[in-house]
Amino acid sequence: MKTNTPSKLEKVLAAGHLAVTSECGPPRGSDPKEISEKAELIKDYVDAVNITDNQTSVTRMCSLAACIRLKLMGLEPVLQMVTRDRNRIALQSDILGAASFDINNILCLSGDHQSFGDCAQGQNVHDLDSMQLLQTVRHMRDEGKFLGGDDIKRPPQMFAGAAANPFADPFEIRVPRLAKKIAAGAEFIQTQCIYNLDRFEEWMKQVVDRGLHEKVAILAGMTPMKNVGMARYMKNRVPGMDVPDEVIKRLADTPKEKQAQEGIDICVEAIERLKAVEGVRGFHVMAIEWEEKVPEIVERTGLYPRPQVD
Amino acid sequence: MRLSYPSNIKIIRVPCTGKVDILHVLRAFEKGADGVYAVGCLEGDCHFNSGNFRARKRIEQAQALLEAIGVGGERVQMYNLSSSEAPRFVEIAVEMDARIRELGPNPIKLAGKKAA
Amino acid sequence: MIVADKKPIEEIIDSIKDFSKILILGCNECVTVCEAGGKKEVGILASALRMYFLNQGQEVKIDENTLERQCDHEYLDEILDEVDQYDAIVSLACGVGVQFSAEKYTTTPILPGVNTTFLGATEERGLWTERCQACGSCVLATTGGICPISRCAKRVMNGPCGGSSNGACEINKEVICAWQLIIERLKALDKMDTYETLTPIKDWSTDRAGGPRKVIREDVQQ
Repeated sequence: MKTNTPSKLEKVLAAGHLAVTSECGPPRGSDPKEISEKAELIKDYVDAVNITDNQTSVTRMCSLAACIRLKLMGLEPVLQMVTRDRNRIALQSDILGAASFDINNILCLSGDHQSFGDCAQGQNVHDLDSMQLLQTVRHMRDEGKFLGGDDIKRPPQMFAGAAANPFADPFEIRVPRLAKKIAAGAEFIQTQCIYNLDRFEEWMKQVVDRGLHEKVAILAGMTPMKNVGMARYMKNRVPGMDVPDEVIKRLADTPKEKQAQEGIDICVEAIERLKAVEGVRGFHVMAIEWEEKVPEIVERTGLYPRPQVD
Repeated sequence: MRLSYPSNIKIIRVPCTGKVDILHVLRAFEKGADGVYAVGCLEGDCHFNSGNFRARKRIEQAQALLEAIGVGGERVQMYNLSSSEAPRFVEIAVEMDARIRELGPNPIKLAGKKAA
Repeated sequence: MIVADKKPIEEIIDSIKDFSKILILGCNECVTVCEAGGKKEVGILASALRMYFLNQGQEVKIDENTLERQCDHEYLDEILDEVDQYDAIVSLACGVGVQFSAEKYTTTPILPGVNTTFLGATEERGLWTERCQACGSCVLATTGGICPISRCAKRVMNGPCGGSSNGACEINKEVICAWQLIIERLKALDKMDTYETLTPIKDWSTDRAGGPRKVIREDVQQ
């Protein structure tokens, strides 16, 4: 199978396997142990690990440094990069820095608004938007040139990804927006957490009808619920999240001490069901501050052991 | 009915309390008034629909400003009553008179006298 | 128009407390329309300041004047001869007027009496909203006449971002998602087919990023 980059994630997908990715949030401090311990927990169960970039606008260790740590440990990092905090000089510069460590995956995002974080009075940059960052990555890689037009010595070899929300508003552009990201250069997509499987399947059908699934590898986003409180929070407080009442009821009807296990079961059942959906090329398991559960989810869904590719 | 009310209250007639401007209120204090109150029609009964609501907002604005500069926002009030309520009119006048007496004279007036 | 909002009187008092002859200078243009710095607001502020200083036992002379505009030489010239009698001027004009006054009245401190907030419109009395950020290179032709730079919290050129929910922005449910409006407008104009055209990376050099800007029109220069 032809691949465009040395990315292990790309190779797994190209070989026709269902890919499994996960994510880790860097610590709010400089102790590298937190990130390496999380990585140790999941490294044999996933093909690649996303490192978030100051998620929810809360200042943390930088994604790039944490990605380098993973790379040095022998893991495959996915560098998340938001356009909120850097202009085109810094974005390109960080891409080159990542490439110098052979970090071969990037997820291009706009980033949550800074008003959610610990620096609400800060300025935001948004020199580019997430689609234009995708274009930038592909331009640097495929043309071997900076945005300014000069040649790059040893261009970055990055598999370019983007996020998608199958439940986003306005609904008319859920699929066109994906098409636009593909046109901008997205090669893989990691979706928003999916709980409403029926609506996700409807979206996938429209994606397949337009043939978009052949142009991009869609990894379905999965986040196990720890308890009914988390489910309610996700439903009511997180924009663009669709948590059906059945899911909340199922957790609410479970005794408190068993809700965590029920949350894992719901996640496992969802993966089992979505494995069969045309166009789903893998899963992005985001166990938020619950990384130790990733191995169980991967094993129970028959996605373990992970394929060896080269 | 020939009711009497405190004689220190000077009535300034306006066609509608909607005519009362924050500047009128401020000027009154600058010129030494100890208190100002606007008496409008009952809410919902304004001949011009919203004159008394506008007046209320301006009175509130004047209260905030007078509070901020140390004159005291309580010296300004808004009341609503209908034209047939003479006893209520007197009640309000007595109430306002008592309020201002308790607050004491307009500090601007005192300061102005000292300066002079 | 340029929209401004009144500064808290406490802040103004703090900035002028060491002066004894002060002119409150209004402007008849935008700040009059947005009720922040016209003749009326000059009167209110001057009256309040007079009372404040009197109450403090401080002898301060507060005068009032309102010019046709503070962003044109000819109107600023009108009071050029009177300026020297003041220790300071509180300008209720926008930031442009404050600066232009300061350039004209070179030895008199000019203090701002309003916060200049944005370029916007009067939606209704007492409600002004932003419409333009003067980026210097208008994109409205391709966005259905709705500006993603001034009306999207992330100025996303290919929106919406993932934070759009039920037509509202992620920063606040009261803020309408600009891209929701753009899409509704594109639908109304039967232009939804243009949605998938990628907006290229923007040249921000015409925005504030390029430094202080200038418009030179030789055809109208004298």
